[in-house]
Amino acid sequence: MDLFKEFSVGLFFWQTLLFLILLFLLRKFAWKPILKAVTDREESIEEALEQADKAREEMKKLQSDNEEIIREARVERDAILKEAREIKASIIDEAKTKAGEEGAKMIEQAKEQINNQKMAAITELKNQVAEMSITIAEKVLSKELESKDKQADLVNKQLNDFKLN
Amino acid sequence: MQIKKLPFLLAAFMFVAPFLSFASDSIAEPAHINGQSEEVAKDEKKAKINAYIKHHLKDTHDFHLFSNERTGKHYGFPLPVILWDDGLHFFMSSAFDHGHKLAESKGNYYKLHHGKIYRTEADGELTYDHSEAKHSEHGGETSVKSHIEEVSGGHAEENKDHGHPTNIVPLDFSITKNVFNIFFIGLLVFLIFSSVARGYKKGLAPKKAAKFFEPLVLFVRDEIAIPNIGEKHYRKYMGFLLTAFFFIWMVNLFGLTPLGVNVTNNIAVTGALALMTFFITQFTSKKDYWLHIFWMPGVPYPMRILLAPIELLGVFIKPFALMIRLYANITAGHIVLMSLISLMFIFDNIGAKGAFYGLTIFLSIIELLVAFLQAYIFTMLSALYFGMAVEEHDAH
Repeated sequence: MDLFKEFSVGLFFWQTLLFLILLFLLRKFAWKPILKAVTDREESIEEALEQADKAREEMKKLQSDNEEIIREARVERDAILKEAREIKASIIDEAKTKAGEEGAKMIEQAKEQINNQKMAAITELKNQVAEMSITIAEKVLSKELESKDKQADLVNKQLNDFKLN
Repeated sequence: MQIKKLPFLLAAFMFVAPFLSFASDSIAEPAHINGQSEEVAKDEKKAKINAYIKHHLKDTHDFHLFSNERTGKHYGFPLPVILWDDGLHFFMSSAFDHGHKLAESKGNYYKLHHGKIYRTEADGELTYDHSEAKHSEHGGETSVKSHIEEVSGGHAEENKDHGHPTNIVPLDFSITKNVFNIFFIGLLVFLIFSSVARGYKKGLAPKKAAKFFEPLVLFVRDEIAIPNIGEKHYRKYMGFLLTAFFFIWMVNLFGLTPLGVNVTNNIAVTGALALMTFFITQFTSKKDYWLHIFWMPGVPYPMRILLAPIELLGVFIKPFALMIRLYANITAGHIVLMSLISLMFIFDNIGAKGAFYGLTIFLSIIELLVAFLQAYIFTMLSALYFGMAVEEHDAH
């Protein structure tokens, strides 16, 4: 066969040698770093994607957490406002009752005082009237009993009255 | 900026390269020989083209670019010749003067005949197994055939009348054109990929040439290695697969340039590559691999005995097929392409010339695809064989 007669041992030798050298050198200086870089990159991309997913998840969770917090805060605010309103109302009520009570008390006291003074005034008036009556009576009596006739009339009259009785 | 454009320039060069080959071939276009009839000139032209194609496909001891027939001058540069013949002989191929002169080294005389080096006596005569016809390169024969041999550098078609030389053939370790090329391409591949690898030191994103080559590396890994070998074992084969893929591809592409360097159409080159696949397969194989060869599980016992020699033969046939496939595909492509180019010179009709020009362009593009395809097939099949070697079978 012509094909194998042309087989060149030299070329075969050089090709084998070259290929082995090339294989060794490329393996060390090219394929290993290239494949490593590619694998590293693939891993880092995968990792980044995973992390992004995780971050998205976390974000979502955070968002729902936020909403929860806001909701809670709103509820709390409402509660506080409600309480404040209640306190206000109760304070006003209390103040009102107290004021009413105080007023009533004062009025009562005033009434009492007025009463007392009225009584005092009445008593004084009574005393003065009695005094005045006595004075008047004295004067009347003194005037009435100036003549003997008049005295006798009176005694008679009185006696008549007794008889009637 | 310049480096950024490099892959594109390279790709563009590879693309137009086949068309440039007209340039160098047209220089070798046979000149019209005066005083000869039209018929003889045409026959001579055909024979010359035939010789030229065969010559083109052969390995040579010098780097021949083109020849000028009128002056008989060859342009190119000599390469070192290294012979082992009871001691090392080393000289430049220019000593042969394209087969016209004897080279003398350490008292031995060597003659270059049909691309092969023979040891001769001082008179430079070769003896043939058909001794009735004597062949002499120096003779002043004017026959058509000898003229062809003259212009094609003495490497023309093997002359059956002369038989084969019986002289001693020393072991030839010369840096021939093909050896020169594989070293050049090897260096190129190394420079490209070590620079690609260095690019990754600055960051994990591919830069410059890596943008072009990284998808190819990933292609070898994801489409060739992992599907055929499996996720578990593919790593240790990546070095070989990547090296083989890019080396064969580059070599095939360079074969399409007008430099006329065809390495993969040489059986020694494809043989060396296939043998590498063979040895790696055998040395990394697991017990299961040999079990399936010698004692195939899951078939009846008589069949196992029948299958064993067939399977064993298959072990050797597989790399042999690898060798022949690559060799034959590239050689066939070159022969067809060169024939089409030559047809342009045979036909005088301008229409036919144009048609063959178009056909050549079309075929060049196909060859560009074949260059990639053959590298892919070689790597793919190697990966498949590696996969068989490390496959872990479940119980049948």
